[in-house]
Amino acid sequence: MAILFGTQEWVDALKDALKKSQAYKEAAKNWEGDLYIIVEPDAAYKNRHILYLDLWHGECREARVITDENEKSPKYRISGPFTSMKQILDKKVDPVQSMMTGKIKVKGDMAQIMKMPRAAVELVNCMTAFETVFPS
Amino acid sequence: MWYFVAPQVVFGQDALSHLAQLKGKLAFIVTDKNIVKLGIVDKVKEQLSQAGIGATVFDEVEPDPSLQTVEKGVALMNSCAPDLVVAVGGGSVMDAAKAMRVQYERPDIRPEEINPFISDLGLGRKCKLVCISTTSGTGAEATFAIVLTDTTDQRKLSLINREIVPDIAIVDPELARGMPPQITADTGMDVLTHAVEGFICTWKNDFTDGLCLKALQLVFQYLPRAVRDGNDMEAREKMHNAACIAGIGFINALTAMAHAAGHSWGALFHIPHGRAVGLFLPYTIEFIGEAREELWSEIAYAIKLRVPEGERAGKVLVQAIRELARNINQPLNIKETGIPSESFQKAIPKLIDNVMADGSLIVSPRIPDATEAEKFFQYAYEGKSIDF
Repeated sequence: MAILFGTQEWVDALKDALKKSQAYKEAAKNWEGDLYIIVEPDAAYKNRHILYLDLWHGECREARVITDENEKSPKYRISGPFTSMKQILDKKVDPVQSMMTGKIKVKGDMAQIMKMPRAAVELVNCMTAFETVFPS
Repeated sequence: MWYFVAPQVVFGQDALSHLAQLKGKLAFIVTDKNIVKLGIVDKVKEQLSQAGIGATVFDEVEPDPSLQTVEKGVALMNSCAPDLVVAVGGGSVMDAAKAMRVQYERPDIRPEEINPFISDLGLGRKCKLVCISTTSGTGAEATFAIVLTDTTDQRKLSLINREIVPDIAIVDPELARGMPPQITADTGMDVLTHAVEGFICTWKNDFTDGLCLKALQLVFQYLPRAVRDGNDMEAREKMHNAACIAGIGFINALTAMAHAAGHSWGALFHIPHGRAVGLFLPYTIEFIGEAREELWSEIAYAIKLRVPEGERAGKVLVQAIRELARNINQPLNIKETGIPSESFQKAIPKLIDNVMADGSLIVSPRIPDATEAEKFFQYAYEGKSIDF
């Protein structure tokens, strides 16, 4: 059953996918740091979503929808307009290329990200491991 | 959306004389002691002096340059304030110069923090970068990648950002004339690996495909000649061009498993980069296998390989690469490099860790898990064809 993007149910499904993914566990075994995924409104969609993931050595310790951006001070912030995020989840564009062309912005300890580029790729793979329906 | 980035390329006999047309006050020449000894730095200084440009020389770049060497160079740059950085040497020298240039212009960014997601480095305000290649391999004169060695962590750092591409690449074959056969062969394998991996990785694109195929044609035609006779200037020139062409080709598409494995192995056992990635290339083709069969066919067609009916183009290509490697005295497996089995087995966990963390892997058409990565290394050690 398709799950609506940006909801707590969607974030729970992502947490479950991360738990099941051996590839993610392997790629992120040295990863330390929580992150916000911030979906910015654009011409196609007017709402803003903040998803919080606490990722630690291949495990997802917490995953939830955040309403107050100041609630946490995550180590990383990945943000981009809704349309760019949707293209990634639809597997129409490569997530790393999106970051390299500035469609998706990344803030945080870049040295760690550069040591574990596959962790980012496997995280996105987990996001596409279940069926997502997008708000119209 | 994607970008295609390349420097201005000055190529052919006497390309070095372009230096006399540059504008500037002081050049910071980054090189190594061997290049100084060969008299190439004197030729560079002579050309620069014709343009009224003075020079300060930093000749302490070692093979597989470390972060510490970069810091040392930057300290000297800060004391002399150049408006031109001129790298003269092979990949190590040019990579070190690129990193020094970034830190000179952006002291707020540590070299290890250079990453593809920074969109506002703003380079070029304090100095321009000219890269002059003296080997025909890495294509570093035309790429926006830097490979440095983190000596504390025993791993190679592959750093990429479009803005670090040199302003000018000088590709003068005369400078490669003195390369001994072994280095000619090692660096030639690097060109070959760039061209193959740039053509088959998942970020391949219409702008890079032609460059990679042209470089492949040049390698198969001219590399054995350049190794056999260093004074064969036609072969030297074609291989020097091939290195730059493959450099521009692969950097705008990236590489794959052979580079990930080569970086991993090279960092632990100090194997020259080209020899390391070249050794893993046939195994990589076998590992990727049918996922890229159509592209193996395109390569085979481009280099005029006959693929017998019912035979896989990938297999024929692997045979051709091994034959070429054998002709130029390259090892076909790790055992042939003289590494004892015991040392190799001891290094396996670190080899796997390094390969799984390598950025090249994310664009590989087939990404191994840790178990497959271990098997890959074991097969490459023994010289067994990949069958998993």
